[in-house]
Amino acid sequence: MRRRIWLWVLLPLGLALVLVVAAEAQGEAPTDDQVNAIAKKLYCPVCPNTPLDVCATKACQDWRAQIRDQLAAGWSEPQIIDYFVAQYGERVLAEPERSGFTSLVWILPMIAAGVGLVGFVEVVRQWKRRRAAAGPPSMFAASPAAAVDPETLARIEGELEKMA
Amino acid sequence: MSESSDRMSPPPPGRARVRFGRPVAYGLVLGLLALLAWGLVQADSGPRASGPAPDFTLTDFDGRTMTLRSLRGQVVVVNFWASWCPPCREEAAYLEKTWRTYQDRGVVFIGVDWVDTEKEALAYIDEFDITYLNGPDVGTRIATAYRIQGVPETFFIDKAGQLRGVHIGPLYPPELDERIDELLAEPRSTPSS
Amino acid sequence: MLNEVGWLALLIGFGLSLYASGAAAWGGWKGQSRWVASARNAACLVFPVLTVSVLALVAALLRLDFRLAYVADVSSQAMSPFLRATALWGGQQGSILFWGWLMAGFVGAVLVRPWRSDRELFPWVIAIAMLTTAFFVSLAVFITNPFERYWLVPGAQELTRALSAPPGAMPYVPAEGDGLNPLLRHFGMIGHPPTTYLGFTGFVIPYAFAMAALITGKGREDGWIRATRRWTLVAWMFLSVGLILGGRWAYDVLGWGGFWGWDPVENAMLMPWLTGTAFLHSVMITEKRGMLKVWNMILIILTYALSLFGTFITRTGVIGSVHAFAKSALGPAFFIFIGLTFLGSMSLLFRRLPDLRTEHELEGVVSRETAFLLQNLFFLAITFAVFWGTVFPMISELVTGTKITVGPPYFKQVAGPLFFALLVLMGLTPLLAWRRHGLHSLARTAAPIVAVSLVLAAGWAYVHRLHPAAWAALWLVAFAAVAVLAEFVKGVRARMETRREMALIALARLFARNRRRYGGYVVHLGVLMIALAFVGDTYFKQETQGSLQVGEELAIGGYRLVFEDLRTYAGSDGRDIVEARASLYRGSKFVAALAPRRDFFVVQEQPVTVPAVYSTPGEDVYVMLVGWEEIGYGSTTFKIYLNPFINWAWLGGVAIVLGVLLSAFPGSRAYAEVSYELRPRRLDSAEPAGESA
Repeated sequence: MRRRIWLWVLLPLGLALVLVVAAEAQGEAPTDDQVNAIAKKLYCPVCPNTPLDVCATKACQDWRAQIRDQLAAGWSEPQIIDYFVAQYGERVLAEPERSGFTSLVWILPMIAAGVGLVGFVEVVRQWKRRRAAAGPPSMFAASPAAAVDPETLARIEGELEKMA
Repeated sequence: MSESSDRMSPPPPGRARVRFGRPVAYGLVLGLLALLAWGLVQADSGPRASGPAPDFTLTDFDGRTMTLRSLRGQVVVVNFWASWCPPCREEAAYLEKTWRTYQDRGVVFIGVDWVDTEKEALAYIDEFDITYLNGPDVGTRIATAYRIQGVPETFFIDKAGQLRGVHIGPLYPPELDERIDELLAEPRSTPSS
Repeated sequence: MLNEVGWLALLIGFGLSLYASGAAAWGGWKGQSRWVASARNAACLVFPVLTVSVLALVAALLRLDFRLAYVADVSSQAMSPFLRATALWGGQQGSILFWGWLMAGFVGAVLVRPWRSDRELFPWVIAIAMLTTAFFVSLAVFITNPFERYWLVPGAQELTRALSAPPGAMPYVPAEGDGLNPLLRHFGMIGHPPTTYLGFTGFVIPYAFAMAALITGKGREDGWIRATRRWTLVAWMFLSVGLILGGRWAYDVLGWGGFWGWDPVENAMLMPWLTGTAFLHSVMITEKRGMLKVWNMILIILTYALSLFGTFITRTGVIGSVHAFAKSALGPAFFIFIGLTFLGSMSLLFRRLPDLRTEHELEGVVSRETAFLLQNLFFLAITFAVFWGTVFPMISELVTGTKITVGPPYFKQVAGPLFFALLVLMGLTPLLAWRRHGLHSLARTAAPIVAVSLVLAAGWAYVHRLHPAAWAALWLVAFAAVAVLAEFVKGVRARMETRREMALIALARLFARNRRRYGGYVVHLGVLMIALAFVGDTYFKQETQGSLQVGEELAIGGYRLVFEDLRTYAGSDGRDIVEARASLYRGSKFVAALAPRRDFFVVQEQPVTVPAVYSTPGEDVYVMLVGWEEIGYGSTTFKIYLNPFINWAWLGGVAIVLGVLLSAFPGSRAYAEVSYELRPRRLDSAEPAGESA
């Protein structure tokens, strides 16, 4: 008996929830902001380097209208973007894809960063190595620089500079 | 940059790096120059105007598919257009009229809709009552193959499947008729292919 | 008549610059100073001669002499005289002449002074600088000549452009000109191209000096650096101002609510700026410690080469862009010149590589020298990232045949972290000592700064809910700013204690005695202000769009825009205007009456969106009229951007100029700076550790 009551309560509730959600998804026309949010990620296929949400030409107005229709028909953002890429080519994407040949655009900076890091370590090591090769620090031991801690040294240098 | 490490170390391992660094640096610069040279050539070249016409498959707005190859033996006029392009509108009526004149004489008109929306394209076709085959250029593949610079551009293909020229901009009478007559008059298989 | 004079002057200017280059090279090679003196005179003459040519063209523009094809292209009767004068650089031909003229001016200014030190460099400086000038002037003479006319050749469908009549042709003089592109009719047009060109051409000077140093084998000395320090600063300042003015112009006119779009032409300007900034800093190390010499050479070569590359892609249309000039025949000539410059500079550098060994050594990894090395690396990394992203679409098209777009998301993700790393460096480096500092003492000195900036950033985060990346970005900017301000505080306090001066006097004397350093800090503050504007643009920007009937409102971030009226009228300058009237409220308080509009230039058939902007130090409310239906019916569409911190970008520009002027202004001898060198006394030479002005 209890079970039946729960069923009688839950089922209509669930149904109502489903209906409300469905109504939400289809009821409102897509706002300009929703269209622009997707258009932001796309570039005008015709004009050079102009994002789709900004471009004022008739062609871009048509495309934004198309996005609006697709949103109203319930398409999701990935679906719309995939459609644009299939229809108009990869150039329509603002952010280059991370697969295929285009992935090189992302990979090379990372390689360059790696090379830079290696280079940096090498150079600093060379600078230190040269210091070691320049001879034992005996003649430098007498210099005040080694005897004073660097922070004080920095302060002294700073104040000397200002007094010059 | 490994450059700065080379000249600081007297022992041989540094010198090897200099030898390695030099050809790499020159190689990169020459590569860049080659790229720029190619870019310049590309920027200057216009649409494809000769040679075998690149084959393509077009699915029209009604869902029918056709390939260019299947039209071998007929004169083919390929017109690139878009609904948002004002000069295309100027030639639309003339194109349709010419099509109706020549359609049973071994001439095929194909309209390739370049980066357009289906809704507007169908409205355009309705407006000018276009009856020849029209389809969207999916992924701009056909436009890339023909290297179009914009719309409208019209390509003329002879009976042997060779590209015989391109007209950039809208067509006005009697240019289209003259071109078609010229190509129709040729024998079926020309030795130039 | 005047046109002929202008054309003649152009030709003479070309001849003079070519002669100057050759004579200087000959004199330098053979060691004959009379050739060098003659070359110098010729070089100093080029600027006055080209001025005649420029004035002739400006006169033709002002009186709308449509006999010249260029005048017909860029001016029209509807344009005001002021606009007509600026049309000098509105088209390809005029801007090339303008560029050559500015370059000749820079070189002339350098050479006109009596030259007392580093005399061996002199002939080669003239040779190289004049060769470059000759190249640009030759472009104007042979390829894109502003004094060409239009001719009607019988039977041809289009007009021919040429200097003299083709056989059988008649001169064609249009009744009205095409007029300047409407987007160019803005005060940014007055400022942006001249400052940009001054920046680009200014870098010829340090480049010429660097090459001269390499040629004469003087690369190991820093004479060339000291001689060009102020010129480098000035060129850098102009380039920075050019960038900022360009951004301001784009903000006002292009109608997308932002000021930096990572467009290829913008990137083309950014790259030499990046390497130029790295160069500016890197030479400081060479002056003080004799290190990073190869870096300096690489950086100045890159800066100059990237300027050439930048102007190449802008003018030849190799990479498509909204900013590019119309296509022209300049491509092959530029290509050859760029190729020769790259390859020539590289081979020179490789030949002299052994000369450029570092003079000193390092004790600790954490030290000012390594910080400078790091900054070189970071700048170079950013330059590479920007370059790669700009050039990759071309590579992709070459290899795979498909065009792709590399847009802002790429640049923000790749260059963004590197810029932040630079901010950290900017804050930490002044705290670091030379030779060796040590992590512990760095942590101790940096701790209060980190703490203060964390508190500031946390305070901001409390007031506005923040995305973690946004909060981190704000904190980094705050950190660097507090670090710079701490330097000022330290210096003022030191003076107050040791000299018993009052705070403001201490501050003034601080600036007077250490122009370079504190001028540099002011520039850093300016850069931080611009960084703040970028942070605002990236993380805190809001936008909304909506269609309104009269009386309805659109809300964004605490503001409300109420639509009141829409009307059309004809404006000056040959345009039809559709203007919307709206009121901006903040909460319930009325704040501003805004009138965004859309202008339509009838002759060029070009629409221009003119936004209405309400500016405060904290943010801009940027309102655009996007669409409208028939007047009186239907609804009007507005787009509003909320741009926080954006006005700090323009303020930062002012700070940069102030800082550079402070830093570069020649000081009187009494306050001449002493470069405190830490070179230990060497037993093998009697070289004292001492002064260099």
